Amino acid sequence: MNSMMTQLLGWVDARFPLSKMWKEHLSEYYAPKNFNFWYFFGSLALLVLVIQIVTGIFLTMSYKPDGDLAFGSVEFIMRDVEWGWLIRYMHTTGASAFFAVVYLHMFRGMMYGSYKAPRELIWIFGCLIFLVLMAEAFFGYLLPWGQMSYWGAQVIVNLFQAVPFVGEPLSVWIRGDYVISDASLNRFFALHVIALPIVLLGLVVAHIIALHEVGSNNPDGVEIKKHKGPDGKPLDGIPFHPYYTVKDIVGVVVFLMIFSVVMFFAPEMGGFFIEAPNFIPADPLKTPEHIAPVWYFTPYYAILRAVPSIAGSAFPGVAAMGAAVIILFFLPWLDRSPVKSIRYRGLCFKVLLFLFVANFIMLGYLGAMPSTPGKTLLAQIGTVYYFAYFFALAIIPKFEKTKPVPERVTS
Amino acid sequence: MSTEGVDKGRRRFLTAATTVVGAVGTGFVVAPFVISWQPSARAQAAGAPVEADISRLEPGQMMTVEWRGKPVWIVRRSEQNMKELAEIEAQLQDPESKNSGQQPAYAQNRFRSRDNNPEYVVLVGICTHLGCSPTYRPDLGAADLGGAAWRGGFFCPCHGSKFDLAGRVYTGVPAPANLEVPPYQYLSESVILVGDDGGAA
Repeated sequence: MNSMMTQLLGWVDARFPLSKMWKEHLSEYYAPKNFNFWYFFGSLALLVLVIQIVTGIFLTMSYKPDGDLAFGSVEFIMRDVEWGWLIRYMHTTGASAFFAVVYLHMFRGMMYGSYKAPRELIWIFGCLIFLVLMAEAFFGYLLPWGQMSYWGAQVIVNLFQAVPFVGEPLSVWIRGDYVISDASLNRFFALHVIALPIVLLGLVVAHIIALHEVGSNNPDGVEIKKHKGPDGKPLDGIPFHPYYTVKDIVGVVVFLMIFSVVMFFAPEMGGFFIEAPNFIPADPLKTPEHIAPVWYFTPYYAILRAVPSIAGSAFPGVAAMGAAVIILFFLPWLDRSPVKSIRYRGLCFKVLLFLFVANFIMLGYLGAMPSTPGKTLLAQIGTVYYFAYFFALAIIPKFEKTKPVPERVTS
Repeated sequence: MSTEGVDKGRRRFLTAATTVVGAVGTGFVVAPFVISWQPSARAQAAGAPVEADISRLEPGQMMTVEWRGKPVWIVRRSEQNMKELAEIEAQLQDPESKNSGQQPAYAQNRFRSRDNNPEYVVLVGICTHLGCSPTYRPDLGAADLGGAAWRGGFFCPCHGSKFDLAGRVYTGVPAPANLEVPPYQYLSESVILVGDDGGAA
């Protein structure tokens, strides 16, 4: 039996680099031995991606992308399809979990300087994943064809209308109609289930290939490849499999526990995961009382609302929101400090980063609330700080007192 | 592979020429896919004009008809409303409707209506900010809309834009322009045709 398996593997290996890939990416991929809690979220993001793809495939089997049928077909999934409610709630909870995990994953990168040389491309692929994920979530949110789906899409597509000169024809082109309609629903469905998932998968592969090419960063921000043993393996590295596969399984179990609690007991999360007006079918003639995007978009929505329209054009707000995402791509070059990890950086960096997180949460809160003059002012301050953070990173290394970075990883 | 006797200039020219021809071909193939996103013939045909019977509209009342999938409001204003439209002009961004893209020429006046029937105003009920549909708030002096200064109009719940009873936008709100007046005409005393003004614009 065993020799037969060996023979079979040899047969495959002569035709496809199976053993080679297994070694390169798992059994002989040496990851720093000092990974901590924050290093769970990459593998968890992969897990959520799988959950979304599998549940998504099963949802398309009962969903109808048609202006007259869509809302009803989602209710049909919820009530009449065997276990349909579970599959749908898994998908909606997965969408929020995806962003929660990705935000934490990005925070890890910002904390330990994982975006710095030689990992700029990993960071850029990651930012592209974030961008595609936002588009994917936006297109998906239209599909239930409820009031919030409809008016949310209406507002976001109208953002393109603010683009000077080409805005009006551009927004008509995106919708395929003069308002959000069946044509828009049908094409958003195509983008959500085929086009963007393919792009997303490609980007995830690129992200991981780039990571495995240069090797993982770690909480100390030191390069483990600088110190190799006589066998050519990093002294501070341990093989990803079995060490980190086993560690990640622990993370997966804890994550799935939290995920299940949300999915079974609070799938709507008090209106933050599924908003109440979305239980009313889309009505092009009536806007809900208060339109707010789902929680993961609210920080950027707050930035959009914070910028006033200039000279009769809403474009500045739209541009600011776009810039808030695009500026992430430039982080590797904006942060000029040679020290990667927060552990060895000065107090000013720690304060700036802490404020950035607090500010991001504040913007998220403001974006979910109806705007008042006081809240708008707060959102404007938050918007200024959001951008100021990135430019401060370029300036503080001039006077920042960093601690000496150790040669080898600690603990 | 031998590179002897290779005419590099000719090779480069052929490579460039092939690339250009290929790019042009790609452009031609991409075009149909891009253009397929334009509104279909059916969506364009659905933009046909609609009739509205206004015979039962009392002063102060509003009715909504659907045109091109958008809400179109017809409001009949009372005498008091008409008087107040002149009084609040200092608080408006564009009281004289100078922004000519927002209404046909015949509605470019204080009431934003046709001369023969200034009582009635016809508006596309889509906020000029980000396309929400504002709410009709005719209640004078509404506490949540600035108290005694509020002389009736429309309030957009999405981002707080305010419009008066002629669809003119107030200053200091996100919406950049007055509500749009669609082309329309009176077929009789009591019937309005929305979406077609017989070329009067």
